Amino acid sequence: MAVLLLGEVTDGQLSVDSTAKALTAAKLIGPVTVLIAGQGGDAAAATAATLDGVQKVLFAGDKSYCHVMAEPMAALIVSLAGDYTHIVAPATSDAKNILPRVAALLDVMVLSDVSGVVDAETFERPIYAGNAIQTVKSSDVKKVLTIRTSTFEPAAIGGSAPVENIAAAADPALSAWVEDKTASSDRPELTSAGIVVSGGRGVGSQADFHLIEQLADKLGAAVGASRAAVDSGYAPNDWQVGQTGKVVAPNLYVAIGISGAIQHLAGMKDSKVIVAINKDDEAPIFQVADYGLVADLFTAVPELISKL
Amino acid sequence: MKVLVPVKRVIDYNVKVRVKADGSGVDLANVKMSMNPFDEIAVEQAIRLKEAGKAEEVIVVSIGVKQSQETLRTALAMGADRAILIEATDNVQTDIEPLAVAKLLKAVVDAEQPGLVLCGKQAIDNDMNATGQMLSALLGWSQATFASELDIEGADALVTREVDSGMQTIRVKMPAVVTVDLRLNEPRYASLPNIMKAKKKPLEEKTPADYGVDVTPRLTVVKTTEPAGRKAGVKVASVDELIAKLKDEAGVL
Ligand SMILES: Cc1cc2nc3c(=O)[nH]c(=O)nc-3n(C[C@H](O)[C@H](O)[C@H](O)COP(=O)(O)OP(=O)(O)OC[C@H]3O[C@@H](n4cnc5c(N)ncnc54)[C@H](O)[C@@H]3O)c2cc1C
Ligand SMILES: Nc1ncnc2c1ncn2[C@@H]1O[C@H](COP(=O)(O)O)[C@@H](O)[C@H]1O
Repeated sequence: MAVLLLGEVTDGQLSVDSTAKALTAAKLIGPVTVLIAGQGGDAAAATAATLDGVQKVLFAGDKSYCHVMAEPMAALIVSLAGDYTHIVAPATSDAKNILPRVAALLDVMVLSDVSGVVDAETFERPIYAGNAIQTVKSSDVKKVLTIRTSTFEPAAIGGSAPVENIAAAADPALSAWVEDKTASSDRPELTSAGIVVSGGRGVGSQADFHLIEQLADKLGAAVGASRAAVDSGYAPNDWQVGQTGKVVAPNLYVAIGISGAIQHLAGMKDSKVIVAINKDDEAPIFQVADYGLVADLFTAVPELISKL
Repeated sequence: MKVLVPVKRVIDYNVKVRVKADGSGVDLANVKMSMNPFDEIAVEQAIRLKEAGKAEEVIVVSIGVKQSQETLRTALAMGADRAILIEATDNVQTDIEPLAVAKLLKAVVDAEQPGLVLCGKQAIDNDMNATGQMLSALLGWSQATFASELDIEGADALVTREVDSGMQTIRVKMPAVVTVDLRLNEPRYASLPNIMKAKKKPLEEKTPADYGVDVTPRLTVVKTTEPAGRKAGVKVASVDELIAKLKDEAGVL
């Protein structure tokens, strides 16, 4: 067994949390080499080398990899694939974009969102918005998988693997990056935060969503949202939690004005403690909440903020 | 330009999924089935491109059981021009894997020569999020996944994508495969006259053998189980009680 793990790089920095969680899963399969790609990613490669259990870091510093576009990234990974039995990445939007392309180029099936490693060819993954867990065995010569990071603990820091520079693969030059629209924030990242406070349609407006943000800041939490809240323009798309948004499993998840549709539960039901604040005592969210408060959020949330 | 839209027949998103007690899968007998919600959005987008004069014909394709005809008729009633059904199994429990679907779609693309393929971002049954990317790879085309805005500008498509950090805009060369996210548009409902008209629109029936594609799965399902359930906890009477419980009982504050 030999695993190639695609490191998650954003703006030249390693996303340590997601990479380290995928590394934990990858180490269950075999020795791990991490691939870091993108001009100026030297720092990311150096950080990856410190993750515990990494054997080697490959660094492809060509500028064609800067925006993690699917076609050049897939070409690069395929050019390296000969040396590995498994190609693994955290199930981020970048990896979900790239790895199925890699799998098809290698004529193998991709295993998306793996939540459990049974052995080197058998894996668990959620289907039907997490309402069922499927155990599948792959008969392909190479396994290509993305890892659901919320189910793995991050590997520790404490290694010093060698970093090897590698050349670029031919760029298919089919796509060009135009712009990123990202809002920077001092809050913790949604997928790695210990506490997440989420608001739903019940919050009612973008202005009132500040109430959710205030509570989050009081708790040092990340802010999440239901799809309805995002669709209504109360919150940006990258805050969406659920089947088609982000999957989170913090110590504490506070759902405010969220009904608890299965598609939302898919993204948060593995949280350790769930609190729901909703004025409808029949709301399905109460069926998964450890602590439910039936109340109007416009009185409960300010009270909570003042008393914490 | 022709636009090709693959549409999948899946369990309706409102249905509560039941895992079979023997671990052999999810119960799909007598369950309401619908078009994958993402694919409705792809169909809608294709029709809008046609209405805007940017596409001449919208072709919908479905791969699976014969009953997928209903899904195709829904797409035709929304406004697609013609349909292709590739009957790849007669067992409603059998899911055709994205790699096999992508190979069949490639064969359809080779025959029909569309300028754009609009897929859903993910099928809500297997949650794979793979077919569009795989098809794009097999064709050697450009890809733009998770689209929440799409503009055709001459030989390029300008696509805004929903990514983990926010939004990203990219320019891809046509022909391209674009996978659509839920915020791209609001799909229309088919009117009764259009539902009647759809019954007369062409629906071609094919099999994987017609395209020389092997759909043997690469993944064997060992078992399907229910996830560890979560029990409802307690209702607290006040904010004070909530804070006390979180501090003393749960120890998370
Ligand atoms: C294919 C597909 C994928 C989807 N993916 C996702 C996903 O990833 N994430 C997601 O979240 N959803 C997703 N959805 C949407 C999902 O089905 C629900 O529509 C959505 O989660 C509902 O959001 P909500 O709970 O905020 O809104 P609602 O269901 O409208 O609930 C609002 C809640 O607020 C409560 N409320 C109102 N006013 C107050 C008040 N003053 N005080 C206290 N409580 C109040 C109400 O009692 C109600 O329970 C998806 C749907 C589809 C079809
Ligand atoms: N059996 C199928 N028939 C038609 N289209 C499909 C099929 N399977 C997948 N697709 C298309 O590929 C998209 C992504 O599916 P998946 O990769 O399975 O999550 C869907 O939204 C459809 O557009």
